[in-house]
Amino acid sequence: MKNCEYQQIDPQALSTPTPTPPPHQGDEPEKKTEPKRPKRKWEVFPGKNRFYCDGRIIVARQSGVLPLTVGLILVTSGLFFIFDCPFLVKHLTSCIPVIGGVLFVFVIITLLQTSFTDPGILPRATPDEAADIEKQIDNTGNTSYRPPPRTKEVLINQQVVKLKYCFTCKMFRPPRTSHCSLCDNCVERFDHHCPWVGNCVGKRNYRFFYTFIVSLSFLTAFIFGCVTTHLALRAQGGKGLVFALQESPGSAVELVICFFSVWSILGLSGFHTYLVASNLTTNEDIKGSWSGKSGEDVTNPYSHKNIFINCCSVLCAPMPPSLIDRRGFLPADESAQTGGTDIELPTLATKSEINVCTQGTKGLLESAALPPLLSTSCPQGKPQTAHPCPDISPAVNSDPSPELSTGCGAHHRASSHRDASPPRHTKTRSKKCKRAALHIPNPAFDAPVSPTSPDTGPGSKGRGHKGASFAPLH
Amino acid sequence: MAETHSLQDLQQPAVSSKVFVQRDYSSGTICRFQTKFPSELESRLDKQQFEETIQALNNLYAEAEKLGGKSYLEGCLACLTAYTIFLCMETHYEKVLKKIARYIKDQNEKIYAPRGLLLTDPIERGLRVVEVTIFEDRSIGSGR
Repeated sequence: MKNCEYQQIDPQALSTPTPTPPPHQGDEPEKKTEPKRPKRKWEVFPGKNRFYCDGRIIVARQSGVLPLTVGLILVTSGLFFIFDCPFLVKHLTSCIPVIGGVLFVFVIITLLQTSFTDPGILPRATPDEAADIEKQIDNTGNTSYRPPPRTKEVLINQQVVKLKYCFTCKMFRPPRTSHCSLCDNCVERFDHHCPWVGNCVGKRNYRFFYTFIVSLSFLTAFIFGCVTTHLALRAQGGKGLVFALQESPGSAVELVICFFSVWSILGLSGFHTYLVASNLTTNEDIKGSWSGKSGEDVTNPYSHKNIFINCCSVLCAPMPPSLIDRRGFLPADESAQTGGTDIELPTLATKSEINVCTQGTKGLLESAALPPLLSTSCPQGKPQTAHPCPDISPAVNSDPSPELSTGCGAHHRASSHRDASPPRHTKTRSKKCKRAALHIPNPAFDAPVSPTSPDTGPGSKGRGHKGASFAPLH
Repeated sequence: MAETHSLQDLQQPAVSSKVFVQRDYSSGTICRFQTKFPSELESRLDKQQFEETIQALNNLYAEAEKLGGKSYLEGCLACLTAYTIFLCMETHYEKVLKKIARYIKDQNEKIYAPRGLLLTDPIERGLRVVEVTIFEDRSIGSGR
């Protein structure tokens, strides 16, 4: 596997006055001395997201008020269990802490899932795709200015829907997809960006979000009811409310928090129940896309015209996979090519071809495919692994099979489908990452034109992500 | 820089072009690809063969996203466990995606590779397109 990778620099060589330079591509001196560890795709992800636990957890750049949300829930529930439960267990029933506990666990789990799950981010278009789309739209070939907004109309269930072109992601957005300016990603079935959970709410985490707000409204209402009962019981016998509050100060805090939050949360749950029943998103509802404001006879083309089926399709549909392969490995040393700013399209194309190449060529090799494919497609992978370039062709021609199988095999393993165990500890860890470990090359494509959001500046802004930033297409 | 030049020399003869089969949104947001036969493939492939492949893919994706008793059960069970079963279980969609990957590999081996073509699994392109790479027809690879 190590045939195609950098040689480990000999420490002795470094300490001697005339060290032999390590045999890597002469483009850029290698800054690190150890062999490059393969980078995962989340490390070069172009959107404004943050990743934790080596790509397992994804959150928006600004966590918003998520800590406040968690804090409020923990404080209120904690006070409930400490101050109210003992009294109520003694005077009423011991079911109360059990119900409270179940609701609390539900709330916390669904909140964390909403915050840490990929909402349905669409990976940006590969350079080839973007070029193909550009070719279809713009035949003038003049790309020195930002072209006018591009739209495409499609007919969905006899309803005309306009698809907009996303300048950041370089593709026509699928229906119901919207670009979130806070996260700088296109999100499928975009509902809204929720600061309370610190993440976008989209196709993949809408059910978590809905369960969260429904269970939170139950929890809030339950705590409110229990606190009221508690205080009422304490104030019995003419002792008065003040006396009760003095005896149980925590209940006062809970009362205030719950009183103010129960209305808004119940209202939000009700609103989202309506959205679920009519298969709408917050985005569509606010914009009035299907409300017929324009005077035409517009109906929601995505609705199944049946409340039950709508609810089931939104909440109980098969869980879609994550389209961004966060924990997949980048092909070996494209991650180190920080000097790739001036590389051109054909080289760019190699990256997206690499995974194609590795999967394709591995299979082809096994079935003894055509010689042209063997000798030509593997070099696409090999130069990326730092062989000096004159060596590539003779290496391939003279010794194709072991080099290819090890080199491409390395790539294949490194960026493989989750079935073939990656060299890391992915397999032994949680299977949650199975969802994410689908094999996709994620181009770290820095858009030369400004994205559609008004608050971000034009040009390639410093996104603070490692990895290659690439030249414009043309 | 020299490396870039050699890469170019090596690249361009290898891959002559790529064709992208876009999504078909006429039935909504479900995953379907257009079955229209791209003109660039006319010299390499049968129209019918191509359409069959795409139709089979569409059927597989429809199976993945199908709303039925089984998916509802899975959804309800997931909801009752606060969706923690997703951490332990492979979802229906993922199972079908594996099937799709196998199908594409199979198609590549049997039909597309002998004709100098390569299908890319749409999941690698975010389910946006089916990418068909057209390799140049070269009898001897010079590599230079």
